[in-house]
Amino acid sequence: MHPHAPGADPAAPPPALELRGIDKRFGAVHANRAISLAVSAGSIHGLIGENGAGKSTLMNIVYGFHRADAGEILVQGRAVSLGSPQDAIAAGIGMVHQHFMLVENFTVLENVVLGVEGGALLSGGLARARAELGKLARDYGLEVPLDAVVSELPVGLQQRVEILKALYRRAEILILDEPTAVLTPREADQLFKMLGRLRAQGKAVILVTHKLREIMAITDRVTVMRQGAVVAGVETRDTSPRGLAEQMVGRAVLLQVEKGPANPGAALLTVRDLEVRDRLGVARVKGVGFTLHAGEIVGVAGVAGNGQSELLEALAGIRAPSRGEISLGGRDLVRERLGPGARRRLGLAHVPEDRLRIGVVAGFSAQDNAMLGYHDAAEYQRGLFLNRTAIQAGCERKIAEFDVRPPNPLLRMGSFSGGNQQKLVLAREIAADPQVLLIGQPTRGVDIGAIEFIHRRLVALRDASKALLLVSVELDEILGLADRILVMNGGEIVGELARAEATEEKIGLMMAGIDSRAGFSPPAEGGLKSALPLT
Amino acid sequence: METYTLIVLLLAATIRVATPLLLAAIAGMFSERAGVIDLGLEGKMLGAAFAAAAVSATTGSVWFGLGAGIATAVFLAVLIGFACITHRGNQVVAGMAVTIMVAGLGPTLGLAWFGLGGQTPQLDGAGQRFTGIALPWAQAAREMPVPGLLYAELLSGQNLLVYFAAALVPGAAWVLYRTRFGLRLRAVGENPHAVDTAGISVNGLRYRAVIISGVLCGVAGTYLSTAASAGFVRDMTAGKGYLALAALIFGKWKPWPTLGACLLFAFTDALATRLQGVALPVIGVVPVQFILALPYVLTVLLLAGFVGRAEAPRAIGSPYSKEK
Amino acid sequence: MSASAKLPRWAEFALLPALNLGVALLLAGGVIALLGESPVAAFKLMAAGSLGTQEGLGYTLYYATNFIFTGLAVAVAYHAGLFNIGAEGQAYIGGLGTGLICLWLGAWPFWVVLPLAVLAGAAFGAAWALIPAYLQARRGSHIVITTIMFNFIASALMTYLLVNVLIKPGQQSPESREFDANAFMPSAQELFGKLGLSFAASPLNLAFVLALAAAGLVWLFIWRTRWGFTLRVAGQNPAAAVYAGIAPSRVVIGAMLFSGALAGGLGLNELMGAQHRILMDFPGGAGFVGIAVALMGRNHPVGIIAAAVLFGALYQGGSQLSFDMPKINRDMVVVIQGLVILLCGAMENVLRAPLAAVFTWFGGRREET
Repeated sequence: MHPHAPGADPAAPPPALELRGIDKRFGAVHANRAISLAVSAGSIHGLIGENGAGKSTLMNIVYGFHRADAGEILVQGRAVSLGSPQDAIAAGIGMVHQHFMLVENFTVLENVVLGVEGGALLSGGLARARAELGKLARDYGLEVPLDAVVSELPVGLQQRVEILKALYRRAEILILDEPTAVLTPREADQLFKMLGRLRAQGKAVILVTHKLREIMAITDRVTVMRQGAVVAGVETRDTSPRGLAEQMVGRAVLLQVEKGPANPGAALLTVRDLEVRDRLGVARVKGVGFTLHAGEIVGVAGVAGNGQSELLEALAGIRAPSRGEISLGGRDLVRERLGPGARRRLGLAHVPEDRLRIGVVAGFSAQDNAMLGYHDAAEYQRGLFLNRTAIQAGCERKIAEFDVRPPNPLLRMGSFSGGNQQKLVLAREIAADPQVLLIGQPTRGVDIGAIEFIHRRLVALRDASKALLLVSVELDEILGLADRILVMNGGEIVGELARAEATEEKIGLMMAGIDSRAGFSPPAEGGLKSALPLT
Repeated sequence: METYTLIVLLLAATIRVATPLLLAAIAGMFSERAGVIDLGLEGKMLGAAFAAAAVSATTGSVWFGLGAGIATAVFLAVLIGFACITHRGNQVVAGMAVTIMVAGLGPTLGLAWFGLGGQTPQLDGAGQRFTGIALPWAQAAREMPVPGLLYAELLSGQNLLVYFAAALVPGAAWVLYRTRFGLRLRAVGENPHAVDTAGISVNGLRYRAVIISGVLCGVAGTYLSTAASAGFVRDMTAGKGYLALAALIFGKWKPWPTLGACLLFAFTDALATRLQGVALPVIGVVPVQFILALPYVLTVLLLAGFVGRAEAPRAIGSPYSKEK
Repeated sequence: MSASAKLPRWAEFALLPALNLGVALLLAGGVIALLGESPVAAFKLMAAGSLGTQEGLGYTLYYATNFIFTGLAVAVAYHAGLFNIGAEGQAYIGGLGTGLICLWLGAWPFWVVLPLAVLAGAAFGAAWALIPAYLQARRGSHIVITTIMFNFIASALMTYLLVNVLIKPGQQSPESREFDANAFMPSAQELFGKLGLSFAASPLNLAFVLALAAAGLVWLFIWRTRWGFTLRVAGQNPAAAVYAGIAPSRVVIGAMLFSGALAGGLGLNELMGAQHRILMDFPGGAGFVGIAVALMGRNHPVGIIAAAVLFGALYQGGSQLSFDMPKINRDMVVVIQGLVILLCGAMENVLRAPLAAVFTWFGGRREET
């Protein structure tokens, strides 16, 4: 194993961070297999892989949460032992987690100094910290009001606090774990500008993500992980999104799905002037309107965070819109305040984006999960009681159809792998034979063989004159499945295309907010390159 | 003058009742701010009361008694900590279990050691109790009108533990808000993951908080059996531990408001005894039980959001585990 | 740390609780020895006194009845994700309902009084749980704290009623007058007598059967109906509940009402069955023991019945002990109770990791051969 890239200059300074042969098992799961990679100072290094590829475990080892079973970690060429986050901090490694580690009712200043207060009494340390943070903020463009209470700050600023924490502790190596998952596109832009400044100042930045376009936009070098091992380590300029996707997945990615032309019929679901606000009162869906017809698949394309999730939640009945109308089966779902249960009875099914969190109950058996949401159905009752035989039989059917493994209806849901849990959720909603099916990210976390099967089932539903609304951040999936494509940006539908006239480029431009139609304004920062969609 | 005497008596009773309440409430504050529900306040106080009285009676010195009381309460606190912090047991059940256990163990040991039906011997010897300390110029001040009399009657002549409790409030506030330890303690009760990521031991902080709670409960229990009374009687805490918890919640887990709540609840208690059978102008005779229930009703109203908002430390009640 | 170690099912549900209980009894034995008596003799006396005689068994099951009601109450709330500390107050107020029916309708035939008494007990108990439930569901007030407060408020309320309203005129002790004979729950002795069998006199009465019936009802409800399903979903994953069309606030209120109603059954045993009048503090801590019983019984009716009988036996055995051993008084019962709750409830995880290690070690050895 040669840790240095071929052709490296031996007289060059050692990499800021180097991993050699890092190996880690959790019981039967081999999370990291002899990982080796090197990150240079003054660069942004991307670490990409699907869910479950082992990226988080690796970064947790680098940050001292876990100890590797084998292998070495070298910082600036010197081997270090990282048994705790304190060791990592001492070695100059800082981490910005996906879920922030902030004390919500402390001020920004208090959050930054927690752990490095500078003395048993606070007053002196806080004053010193204030001065230093002011300097850091100016150097890196990380302005944050130091005396603001964290819970009142928008997510983008909260993330800055996390970064400040790391820089305040003299981090030279900064790891960011899926940082744009919680940011709006504008906040993501600001983040990347700041990362550029960090790079210019000689810091080493590791960007852990599963979003191909982020990697292409900002990293210098990228390492691809798959099933616990490193499968590629290349300069970013030498690769492409498709090349990376193939590496992530392990084979040529199928773009096209076998399907005949659509035959749209009656309007089944009509949405008018829908507005959805988040808990801070910010409008995430602004005046959205469209119609779903029987026998068509409508895809909603867009960078994650542009309102698609909120739109799905509003249609499913999980989130109440602040304004607008949703018509299904002759009823206005908003005005009548119909919840998810009532909507199911009207023929609306929902495969949620975050299936594992809200779509299943981990402690229940598979058969209990197979009736979640449909537990009131007449076929599952016998008088006052549940008809266990019918429930088990129903589950067995779903398991067989979608090849869920192991095929045991009585097994606890949490014992199934993530992919199999996904399949059961899909099976449940599709088996309900809905008139309208809402799906978010249908193939996220699902293994390759199942993806094709799922796509085929969705097309079959369409051919049976059902209406499907497909939300996906994977443009290829949208292009492969949808008959009609809506593009969302900033909470609005900024474009609508029939499949025949849709190209990646056209959609990409719409997703970035640039459009040939009159009335759309380009983003403030000029130029196409910087506004390239970052998904 | 009648009313004046009445007021002084009421205030004196308030101070007497408020002292153990305040000590226990501040004890609970440290524990709960760190994220550990403190339902063992009652048990720790009771255990300390027994130990203090027993040791004071046998050794003749109330200082040994105080030491024994604190040691007992700290032991119980560490026991609860061991169950809940190290072994992630249920905090409510642990507090309850210790309280029940002590309620039985005190009289049992008392019977075995002193043969007095579960009590400890009367503390009548010199130095066996905490007695009043006259502040300077108290005698002279007594001659002066209102403020002087208040000084002489109320402020002076309290025992050491009362003065300790009074000084505790600003002391606790200072520790909580002006020291590094206090910052970390508050952090661990809100977001233990943040503390862990910062490289600080979550369990270490929680143990320290729980021990502080034990020390203060020890003082509270010692007060009950060696200052307010002259010996240990079974169940002598009579629910004060839970009342202290209510005061803590009513005080929104902050030192000064908690002091206010303790004084309010203690005043209610003093009033209840005074008003028994007395017909008030419009309302008539107020049943004593209603007045006694008042602190609890007030706390419920607070929790319901009718008397302002009370937000518990966010991480309270859940044992910490790295996997989450 | 220790809670993530894996144990086979039978070890989790039977062996570990048994080990915890063993340690608790060991420590109790230590205290007994400290007092100057023989632990072995003490435990023999306890066993004989609680299970060795008909009378003892009667008392044991009579105590257990109370714990079954409160244990079920805590368990139902627990399945909905709620910690109901208020079973004590709910039992107290629920018993008031039962007692009032007995006082007012004592002239009516027993088979009319009984269902009304059951309903009243359930209704009053549920009503006492309603406000904390509503506050948790609609205002997010922590149910642990509100239910503790309501225990104290119940105590104050009942004291007031017993001293001022319900007290039998001319009497000193704060109790109501005795119920009419029609409002007496038939005792075990009576019922066995009707079958031609003999059973010693004890407070054991029909309420025990009602408690078992309640346990069966709870089992059916939680695991065999869609409402029980709804309850469990809301308890385990509120976000999934919303997705599935379940309103968490409705579940909270419904579960607490059911829970309070179950706690209210205590009055059937204690008031209608044993005391035959309303008196002060008749729950006597059963609400708190119910928490331990629910925990030890893993919130399952079968486990709850077993744990309730255990605590009943401890209670009765302890009483017997204080009769026969002069150095030990009734407080020892409380000590043993506290130890059992501590070891089996709060410290149940302590032995888990070592036990799992033993299993792993044995499992490894079997593979080698």
